[in-house]
Amino acid sequence: MEELKEKLKVQLIAQLNLEDITPEDINSSDPLFGEGLGLDSIDALEIIVLLQKEYGIKIEDTKKGKEIFQSIDTLAAYITENRK
Amino acid sequence: MPLHYFESMNNPVIRKYVSVDNRSVKVNGTGLLLNEQGADFGEFMKQIYHSCSISYLKFFKMDPQSKLGFVAAKILLQDDDRDRFEPEEKAIVLANSASSLNTDEKYFESINDIPSPAVFVYTLPNIVAGEICIHHNLKGENTFFIQEESDIQFMVSYLNILFNTTSTRKVIAGWVEVDLADNYRAFLMDVEKENGGESQGNFTVDFIHQIFKL
Repeated sequence: MEELKEKLKVQLIAQLNLEDITPEDINSSDPLFGEGLGLDSIDALEIIVLLQKEYGIKIEDTKKGKEIFQSIDTLAAYITENRK
Repeated sequence: MPLHYFESMNNPVIRKYVSVDNRSVKVNGTGLLLNEQGADFGEFMKQIYHSCSISYLKFFKMDPQSKLGFVAAKILLQDDDRDRFEPEEKAIVLANSASSLNTDEKYFESINDIPSPAVFVYTLPNIVAGEICIHHNLKGENTFFIQEESDIQFMVSYLNILFNTTSTRKVIAGWVEVDLADNYRAFLMDVEKENGGESQGNFTVDFIHQIFKL
């Protein structure tokens, strides 16, 4: 799981063009949206695309997004449970 | 009413102008930053971003045309007194020839796979104007013209109409383009309406033709 979290940090930085942010800057339990990394709604769509492309996961119920995208911890847990 | 009717009815003044292309950044015709290493677009934009001490993470998510317009506007307005005019009195009027084709093409390529929402949101030419308005709190006229080539006579006439018939007192105006071959050029002017007086305005077609070529 730790390996997946580190990989996710690298993928998010690349996919979301988070210039000047390194994986070490991201705490796995920090919120991704709002006060944390300050991601916005377009970033949320990009994360959905990332999950589909890299892990074959389609998020059918958008209401779950808020829970899943809370932090690197929650994202990694969801991928572990649902990856194909 | 013909556009030229509105010429010379006022005394707009160009307070400052900025140009950015693959060779340099110039302010009022004087070099501010040279691209001596021949950096590509992305690298040169990063150099400008860091050398101007810009701190705006969203910059890195913008498409090339928005990055170009954003840095040009940032340099143009960096010493501007933001509160001198009301947001509704500040307008932006831009133009180019290639519209948003550079980004449109990238989006078109991406739809073979899963299309990128972050690229899609930049598939309109006027997004660059929106990015500048958000950052600098401009809430007046917001227009983007697509022209075969830069039409300075038209731009002067259009701005004079704005100054004479609306509450506009300041306009960020000019040309912002990244074309399909990745050629790029931004030329932005900060034009303000003088309050009365007999000043010799420099906002003329001839003068702009001169500075546009610098």
